[in-house]
Amino acid sequence: MQHVSAVREPLVTGGKTLHDVTQDICYQVEAKPNIRWMAALSVALFFLGVFFYSVYRTVWYGIGEWGLNKTVNWAWDITNFVWWVGIGHAGTLISAVLLLFRQKWRSSINRAAEAMTIFAVICAAMFPVLHMGRPWLAFWVFPLQNTYGSLWANFNSPLLWDVFAISTYFTVSLVFWYIGLIPDFATIRDRAKGTIAKFSYSMLSFGWKGSAKAWSRYETVSLILAGVSTPLVLSVHTIVSMDFATSIVPGWHTTIFPPYFVAGAIFSGFAMVLTLMLITRVVFRLEDYITLEHIALMNKIMMVTGSIVGVAYITEFFIAWYSQVEFEQYAFINRATGPYWWAYAAMMTCNVITPQLVWIRRVRYSIPLTFVLSIIVNIGMWFERFVIIVTSLHRDYLPSSWAMFSPSIIDIGLYLGTLGLFFTLFLLFAKFFPVINMAEVKTILKYTVDNGPTYNPKKAAHAAPAPQPAIHGAPASAPVNYNKHD
Amino acid sequence: MKYWKGIEELENAPEFMQSAFAEFMPVKESYESKDATSAPRRDFLKLMGFGVAAATLASCETPVRKAIPYLNKPEEIDPSISNFYASTYFTGADYNAVLVKTREGRPIKLEGNPESPITNGGLSARAQAAVLSLYDGGRLQNFAIKAGNGHEKVEQAALDQAVRTKLAATTGRIAIVSPTIISPTTKKAIAEFAARYPNTTHVMYDSQSVTGLLQANNGIVPGYNFSRANIIVSLGADFLGTWISPVEYSRQYAMTRKISRDKRSMSRHYQFETAMSLTGSNADIRVPVKPSEMGAVAVALYNAVTGAGGASAYKNDKLTQAAKDLTANRGASLVVSGSNDPAVQALVAAINQALGNLGTTVDLTAPSNVRQGDDARMAALVNDMNNGSVGAVIFYNANPVYNHPLGQKVKSGIAKVPLTISLNDRLDETGMLCQYAAPDSHWLESWNDYEPKRGFLSLAQPVITPLFSTRQAQESLLRWAGNNTNYYKYLRASWRAITPSDSAWDKVVHDGVATGTALAAAPAMTAAALSPAAAVAQIARASKPAANAVELALYEKVGLGAAGCESNNPFLQELPDPVSKATWGNYVAVPRKMAIDNKWEQGDVIKVTANGYTIELPVLIQPGQTNGTVSIALGYGRTLAGKAGDKVGANAAPLAMATANGLQFSNVVTLEKTDATSPIAQTQTHHTIMDRKPVVQENTLVQYIKNPKEVTEYEKVATPDGLEKPNKVSLWQDYQYNNHHWGMAVDLNSCIGCGSCVIGCQTENNTAVVGKQEVINRREMHWMRIDRYYSSDHHKDEFETVGKVGTYAAMEDPSDNPQVIFQPMMCQQCNHAPCETVCPVLATTHSSEGLNQMTYNRCIGTRYCANNCPYKVRRFNWFSYYSNEKFETVNGHMFTDLGRMVLNPDVTVRARGVMEKCSFCVQRIQLGKLEAKKQKRRPMDGEIVSACAQSCPTEAIVFGDMRDPNSRISQLLRREDGERAFHALESINVQPNVTYLTKIRNAESEFFAKENA
Repeated sequence: MQHVSAVREPLVTGGKTLHDVTQDICYQVEAKPNIRWMAALSVALFFLGVFFYSVYRTVWYGIGEWGLNKTVNWAWDITNFVWWVGIGHAGTLISAVLLLFRQKWRSSINRAAEAMTIFAVICAAMFPVLHMGRPWLAFWVFPLQNTYGSLWANFNSPLLWDVFAISTYFTVSLVFWYIGLIPDFATIRDRAKGTIAKFSYSMLSFGWKGSAKAWSRYETVSLILAGVSTPLVLSVHTIVSMDFATSIVPGWHTTIFPPYFVAGAIFSGFAMVLTLMLITRVVFRLEDYITLEHIALMNKIMMVTGSIVGVAYITEFFIAWYSQVEFEQYAFINRATGPYWWAYAAMMTCNVITPQLVWIRRVRYSIPLTFVLSIIVNIGMWFERFVIIVTSLHRDYLPSSWAMFSPSIIDIGLYLGTLGLFFTLFLLFAKFFPVINMAEVKTILKYTVDNGPTYNPKKAAHAAPAPQPAIHGAPASAPVNYNKHD
Repeated sequence: MKYWKGIEELENAPEFMQSAFAEFMPVKESYESKDATSAPRRDFLKLMGFGVAAATLASCETPVRKAIPYLNKPEEIDPSISNFYASTYFTGADYNAVLVKTREGRPIKLEGNPESPITNGGLSARAQAAVLSLYDGGRLQNFAIKAGNGHEKVEQAALDQAVRTKLAATTGRIAIVSPTIISPTTKKAIAEFAARYPNTTHVMYDSQSVTGLLQANNGIVPGYNFSRANIIVSLGADFLGTWISPVEYSRQYAMTRKISRDKRSMSRHYQFETAMSLTGSNADIRVPVKPSEMGAVAVALYNAVTGAGGASAYKNDKLTQAAKDLTANRGASLVVSGSNDPAVQALVAAINQALGNLGTTVDLTAPSNVRQGDDARMAALVNDMNNGSVGAVIFYNANPVYNHPLGQKVKSGIAKVPLTISLNDRLDETGMLCQYAAPDSHWLESWNDYEPKRGFLSLAQPVITPLFSTRQAQESLLRWAGNNTNYYKYLRASWRAITPSDSAWDKVVHDGVATGTALAAAPAMTAAALSPAAAVAQIARASKPAANAVELALYEKVGLGAAGCESNNPFLQELPDPVSKATWGNYVAVPRKMAIDNKWEQGDVIKVTANGYTIELPVLIQPGQTNGTVSIALGYGRTLAGKAGDKVGANAAPLAMATANGLQFSNVVTLEKTDATSPIAQTQTHHTIMDRKPVVQENTLVQYIKNPKEVTEYEKVATPDGLEKPNKVSLWQDYQYNNHHWGMAVDLNSCIGCGSCVIGCQTENNTAVVGKQEVINRREMHWMRIDRYYSSDHHKDEFETVGKVGTYAAMEDPSDNPQVIFQPMMCQQCNHAPCETVCPVLATTHSSEGLNQMTYNRCIGTRYCANNCPYKVRRFNWFSYYSNEKFETVNGHMFTDLGRMVLNPDVTVRARGVMEKCSFCVQRIQLGKLEAKKQKRRPMDGEIVSACAQSCPTEAIVFGDMRDPNSRISQLLRREDGERAFHALESINVQPNVTYLTKIRNAESEFFAKENA
């Protein structure tokens, strides 16, 4: 059964057999939806309704439905955009970078994290389109052939770079995620009893047979995609940051932005992964797969990136003073002491001070504290973008144009609406897709056929389900590469 | 071991071997039918697709476009070619000689008439906006007769018949009530009416009366010439904004403020006033005084200037200095007063006389005619109406129920007059009460003549047939008097003496202006002028309000005027007050101290009570407002003005004081806070410059004379060759301009901030009006704005050297009596435009002539350009201003066929979701270039002028081709380079094509140096 290393904490606890893994994860897909899921989906759908209403008002009447003005031309829209893109960062980081670094613990969380990435990028992509005055002409940003001769997109514009960065990122993430899903879909297909389910999962699994050659290709593709997406982790938020960094607005025009934004993105992405994982693991009883060790590891990454962000905040202030540019100086004085000081204070508290609590081991391993912390970081990172965008714009060069921004009900509706969209997608995913990569988790089980059960009950005193009798023989789609056991 | 894929492989059949290594098995091309008669599947699909598409297209209805060709094309009208006709604007006592631009027979824009010796091509904001009033759907569109609570339509002939019968039967006095009439022929028509009905009297009153001034000068308003004054002292006269003839005075005033290498001197301007007026904000030295102190100020100044040793109740060092400056500039100084107190005006007249200014700056031989109203006569008429001795009253463009302080008594009086007739253009507050309404045509539909100043005449000619069934008021009066002549013939006949020949007449019609006089002498005033001694005694006798009483000063808005006759003009409602930058409504301007003492915040509604009349208005904290006083603008609170003008603010006219000396536009009021709040729509909510010298620069005259080369503080950047101006270093390749390079220069020393350019731009460029709420949301669409900054008591060095925390917050508060600077701000047409690089779709690009162009069709509305614009001059179409019902009240002219006639067909009405901004009037540039090209020459300097430069009364804006070395702008920039010329925000190196010239203040002398230290 499960072999437990004497020196290492197991990555999956509870003495799971290969069949247990299949059983535990497929159970969620095959069982009738539970009441908590239904309740959660209703709430999400309500906010999705709010989203559609807000979109209707925005597209039908115009951007005037928002709280923007002639001075602050971007506010919640781009704040939300950057926030969602940031959240979308953890998925790729986990699936690609951690894969390349052979961090096996990633297997239990990468599926959900990647799904989160895709849904977050979908939410993010809503804003650049919706914030346009004429969204029906959004396709003009693509360098399409046309009959107007030299009429072409402006390759100097960071917004155009955004289009390429986001669309590439989305495509690669989606392909990466889907490739990973194929073997698991095949597993579900093989187990499916209903005709619709059988048919749907057949279609989704692209006729996966589980041959050794297929597995070999699967691994190769994963590795290639990991290689392709690793630079994307850095490039996407670098380019998003250039929307600001290449402008001349004091508070935006900052060379530190690319690394600062990337760190912030990973920071917020991990916070969101934690939030979702902590809920998912409880709702779907996945405590054995997403262990405290996972949580502690993610906490550490959050703390590191949070600290990088904190250093960036301080550096900005130093540079403002050191540059001796009066507009730059005022931008930062205004940030901290101006009418939006509360947003700045919220950002500093949430992003710089609270993550430092992770130094304390008890916090790092505490589920409730981690949950609270992850929410705080999500809030803090939203404020960071708000602070950068709004407090820089609202008082820039000419005092005559200084203005305040306050969101309209539609602004708020759109934001809550994208949360609704996100959670709707996530809940549907969690119900109909395997939330944990079964195939990959099986590779990290310390499983041997020959040695028989070596599960140490002492080590698993808290394991929830009792170990079930072993069923010998690999499940249809589980690759068991005995030589690769470490 | 080998598994066969099939029996073919085992047998190694030749057919199999052919395809064994191909990726795909050959497919039999079975679908290609050889049968020519049956349609192949793909062709069928193609045909079906075409069929569906064609059917869909055919079922769409083609929109019907109304374009009706001329049956007989009028000779002088060519489609898309503008015709200009000279005419005259005189509404609400504001005189402007104008050129009317018409397209396809409809007036679309007014421009200043450069032939006029009075307005010299300048135009007030009010006149700029007046073209919109022509298409005002709120005008009464036919003759009407009272029926029940309303009026019903009646034929002109029927109304004439009824009125003639009733007039003939009238036994009592017949009164014609009008504001000042400066038309000699109109007066002749009235005289003819009076001859037919001998008991007729003509009563003129002005809603911003200068009866006191008339009385002190034997019934005339002296002609003033500010251009010859070195020292100007104004006791509350807002001569740049609203007083008598502001366009004329602004031009004269600006002539004394133009300063350059060739003339390093300028006038010094003292202003003693209660509210912060446009004039006061331009003054070198401004002293806040209470209205009740104005008499004492006049006495003190009189004593100081003449050396009459009387005791002065008012003491102020600045007044002493003013008197010293005045006496040092005998014959080259000018004292004016906006007071309506005959005693104050008598003293002012005596001061000017004592200074020897008669004949230099004060011209009694060419008096101004634009104010002739006599308060006493009007008050007497109101009494007579109430005591029943008036048999008939005709209101000729007069709305005393609304704009006269005794409006309520006028209202009750109308009820007692047997015959009431309104010639007003709409059923306004007065017209609604009258039995007969015979609406006057708009002046753009009418013939008329004017004599704004003795010896200066001008004409108005119709530029469009009357839009509605209206008739010129003069013609109505003549018909009722039994003379059925058409008014044009009547006018031509009365001009026989001046222009006997038709060619001379044609020239006057063409030019719009003429010299000569036609007006009868002014009627004698009801009271004679006071001697200086008597005036001093009267001022001493006048009862003074208690020291802690709150005094109210009523003033006139630069945009709207006091009479309320332009209230339904949304352009003017949305024109920001030059000083407070408030739009859409009046407010109680209070000094900061009063607000703090009473714990009022801006926008708190307070009750203002005087004369037993109460109005509720929000508070606006106004720097410069005299302590212990409040100010309220007249001209608001209309109830029957029309869609845009109704219920905007509150009517403050009844708060004025009717005294034996005429109307006094000040009073003692009681203030009481209410729980309500009402936000004030300001286009600028941050008021101080925050010590940002790169934005706008100013200096003192002393410094400027000392070292003109160092007057402008340039930011320098470090380069290998030492410190250089930022534009010497660039990462970019500069554009090459081979043909033209358009540029603009704005002289901040001549700009008085009146806002005429703002409206000029708005009418030229079809800019939408957005209404109060959207102004509060900071979304006004003006392409051009005038930034106004107050000085602050706090400065950046308190933070930088002393490190005082909170300095920046303190810098946001203006001084209590601040210095003011105006900076017109429009697209700077940067050569290194930050907006151009960030647009993802190239909707904003650089032209080969230096213009930063905006292509509306290409814009997708990301607003990135607006964020990246350091001048914040880009305007986004947040809504569909021409079709969203939210904007129908304020932007109504874009909703109806009638209103749309005012739109400039050369400028697109922008769709929702696109960015717009100042284009340097590219349509005018193109037109000028095409005209020149047709004549095979280069455009001449001055031929192509932007709308703002055209309308500027002070010629503060110079527009032209910087590639032409002889153009005015090139010469100016050469002269001022290194002296007063600077670019706003030079350090960010966006290289604007707009250059500003530093403002110079003439406040620094030995005396003031001491005080400032």
